[in-house]
Amino acid sequence: MSDKLLLSVRGAGKQFMQGSRLRWACHNVSFDLYPGEVLAVVGESGSGKSTLLRLLASRLACDEGSVHYDVREEGAAPGLVNLADLSEARLRWLARTDWGFVEQHARDGLRMNVSGGANIGERMMALGARHYGKLRAEALTWMERVELDASRIDDLPGTYSGGMQQRLQIARNLVTHPRLVFMDEPTTGLDVSVQARLLDLLRELVDQLQLAAVVVTHDLAVARLLAHRMLVMKDGVVVEQGLTDRVLDDPQHPYTQLLVSSVLTP
Amino acid sequence: MTALLEATDLSKTFTLHGRGGLALPVFSGIHLRVLPGECLALTGHSGSGKSSLLRCLYGNYGATAGEVRIRHQDQWLSLSTAAPREVMDVRRLTLGYVSQFLRVIPRVSTLDIVAEPLRRLGVAADVARSQAAEWLARLNLHERLWHLPPATFSGGEQQRVNIAHGLIAGQPVLLLDEPTASLDADNRRVVVELICAARARGAAVVGIFHDDEVREAVASRCLDVEQYRKPQ
Amino acid sequence: MMDENYNFGFLDERTKKMIRRALLKAVAIPGYQVPFGSREMPFAYGWGTGGVQVTASIIGRADVLKVIDQGADDTTNAVNIRRFFARTTGVKTTEKTAGASIIQTRHRIPETALTEAQTIVYQVPMPEPLFRLEPRRRETITMHALAEYGLMNVKLYEDIAQLGAISKTYDYPVLVNERYLTSPSPIPKFDNPKMHMNPALQLFGAGREKRLYAIPPYTAVRSLDFEDHPFEVQRWDHACALCGAADSFLDEMIVDDQGSRLFVCSDSDYCGERRETGHVGCQQAVHIPDALAQEGSAS
Repeated sequence: MSDKLLLSVRGAGKQFMQGSRLRWACHNVSFDLYPGEVLAVVGESGSGKSTLLRLLASRLACDEGSVHYDVREEGAAPGLVNLADLSEARLRWLARTDWGFVEQHARDGLRMNVSGGANIGERMMALGARHYGKLRAEALTWMERVELDASRIDDLPGTYSGGMQQRLQIARNLVTHPRLVFMDEPTTGLDVSVQARLLDLLRELVDQLQLAAVVVTHDLAVARLLAHRMLVMKDGVVVEQGLTDRVLDDPQHPYTQLLVSSVLTP
Repeated sequence: MTALLEATDLSKTFTLHGRGGLALPVFSGIHLRVLPGECLALTGHSGSGKSSLLRCLYGNYGATAGEVRIRHQDQWLSLSTAAPREVMDVRRLTLGYVSQFLRVIPRVSTLDIVAEPLRRLGVAADVARSQAAEWLARLNLHERLWHLPPATFSGGEQQRVNIAHGLIAGQPVLLLDEPTASLDADNRRVVVELICAARARGAAVVGIFHDDEVREAVASRCLDVEQYRKPQ
Repeated sequence: MMDENYNFGFLDERTKKMIRRALLKAVAIPGYQVPFGSREMPFAYGWGTGGVQVTASIIGRADVLKVIDQGADDTTNAVNIRRFFARTTGVKTTEKTAGASIIQTRHRIPETALTEAQTIVYQVPMPEPLFRLEPRRRETITMHALAEYGLMNVKLYEDIAQLGAISKTYDYPVLVNERYLTSPSPIPKFDNPKMHMNPALQLFGAGREKRLYAIPPYTAVRSLDFEDHPFEVQRWDHACALCGAADSFLDEMIVDDQGSRLFVCSDSDYCGERRETGHVGCQQAVHIPDALAQEGSAS
C-alpha cells in the first residue's frame, strides 16, 4: 500500500432543516484513506452514512469541515486539494474519470435507454475515444471481467436481471480505472445468492485493481468481507472506527456491541 | 539478539455495555519477549485468556492497557497505536496467525484461500497455487478437496487449511492457536515438523498447544497466563 | 412597393437592435445558442419566424433577397416569405443564388458555392442538438458550458450497434470551431460539408425556441463520426432527369402507380442554370421493378 494519502476528511458534516429545527444529518466526521484501502461505513437507517457518502463524492456541500482529495493534475503541485475549491467542471471531470459511484439501485447509475455496451463505453467517449471497434472491444473485455454474458452487449439494461444491472454499473464505473470508488449499499435488494456472487466479484476487483473504496452498508457481513477498515455511525456521528476484524470481534462502543450481537447467523 | 515481538504491561478487560457495563477482566500486566527461533507456549486452563492474549498480539483484540510492539521492516512498530493500514501491512509481511476456527470466506476454493497470503506478497497466481498445493499435500489434504470451498470440511480438514494458510507466507512472527486440536497423530506430527522448521529458519512463535506431547516437541519456553488473571 | 404601414422589415428598430446584439454575440461564439426576445410574427411558429426575424434585423435597402424552401423558390413557404419582405422592405428579390446578398433557407444549402459577400439565414425548428437525448434545458446548458458531449457520441455508438450505421440523415450534429455541438437545422447531411470553411456568414434563427446562433465565415465545422465509421454523404445511382447533374441533392418523386421515380435537383436555381447552359438530363422517370424490395438503395 502506498504512503500517499488519497482522501482526507476533516470534521465534515451536513445539516438539514427538519420541520423548524436544524439537524445534523452527519457531524464532525474525520478519517484518512490511502490507496488500496477499503473503508466500510456501517450503520442503521438514519445513521447519516448515506449523507456522508454524498459529502465525500461532492454531491452535497459540507456545512462544516472539508473533504480533500489527491487530484493529481498535470502541471499542478502534488498533494491534497479541498474539493470545495474545485470548479464544477473539474468535479464533474473527476467524477467521470478518477472516481466511481456505484448506486444502490442500478437504474440510478445507468442509462436505461442505451445498450450495455454504450453504457460501458460512455466514459471513454466522454474522454474523446472515437474508434467504434475499439470501444466495443473494450466494452466486451469489461463485460467478461464482471462476468456478464458478452452476447448481451447490445441489449438494453432493462432486459438485464438486478444482479446483472449491478455488474454493468460496476463495469461502467471501472472502465476509466478510477482510484476511488464510492458504493452505496451495492448488494442490498438483490437475491442472496446474487449478492454473494457480486461480493466475490467486488472483492476480486478491489484486489486486482488496487482500488480504494468507501462502502456504505448496513450489513456487517459485507463489511467483514470487503473492508479492511470500518466506521460505525449512529445518529450522524462516528461512534467507533478501526480495523474491521477488531471492531467486529472486539467492539468497544455500546452501539457497536449492540449491532454485532444483533446479527443473525443461520 | 533483537526480539521480534514484545508485549509490555498488557491488560485486557471486556466491558459488556449490553449487560449494564459489566466488566470481565481477562489478564493484566503481561510482559513478554520472543526472540528469533523461540517458541513461547501459552499455558493455563480453558478460559484463562490464552486465546485472548494471542488475539491481542495479532491486533484482533484491542488492549485495555499496555502495548504490543513488533519488529517490522527492521524497525519497531507499536501495534497498539498503528494505523489500520500499517497493521494490514504487518500481517501481510511479518505476522502470521493460525486461528482456532477457520473463518471461511464463502465460495473461494481451498487452494485459493491458501494461496492468498502469497498473492498478497506479489507472487504470481499460478506459482502461488502450486505452492499452496504442496502445502496441502504435505498436510495430507486430499487433492479432490482443493477446488472446493472448505465450508463443508470436517474440523480436522478445516484446521489443516488454516495451518497452510497461516504458515505459507513464511512470516518471521507466528501466532498459533491450538493448531493441532482436531488432528490425528500423523497430522500432528506434520504440524510439529512445520513449526520446528519455522523455528529453525529464525521465526519467533507464540502458540497455544492443548496437547502436551506437541508442546514438549515445539516449545522452548512457557508462559502461564493464569498467573496474570486480574484479581476480581 | 413597400407598405408604409409597417416599419422597415416589419420589426421596430429597438427589436432589430436587440436581435443584432444577440447576433454579434452569436458570431463571437460560433455555434453557441444565444437566447433572444423572439417577437410575435404574422405567421405561426413552425413557418420560419426565427429565420424571418434574423433576416429582418440585417436586411438593408441595397440587399437582394433570395428565399428557398427545400431548395425551391416557388413553394408556398418561400413565396410567402419573399412576398412578406417585398412588402415590408421593398428590397429587390431574386431566384438566382449568385445574385443574392441574403439567402433565407428552409432545410437546404444551395448547390452553388457562396461568397464572402453573402449571408445565409437558416430556419431552425429545434436549435438544441441534444434535445432528444436530454430534454432538460438546464442539463444541456451545463453540457454545452462544459463541452460534455459524450451523450451524443453514445447515441451514435448506439445507432451503429443497433442499426449497423449512424441513422441520422438530416439535422446531423456538427461540432463548430471544435467547441460547440450545434444543430445545422434539418438540412440533409449531404449539405453538411458545405458549412465547413464557408466564405459566407451563416446565421440561424429559431423563433419558437427563442434562440439564435451563428457560424462566422471560414469556421471549421465537423460532422460527428467515429474513426472507423466516418461521416458519409448521401449518393444516388441516378442523375437529375432535367439537367443531368450527378453532384447535387436529388428529390425523388413517385410519378405513377407502378412506383416509377423521377429524380430531380432539389435546388431549382441550380437545375435551371445548368439547363440554361445547355445541360440536359435523361428527361424521364426511372422504372424500378419490384420497387419495395429495393427500398433504401439510394441512401
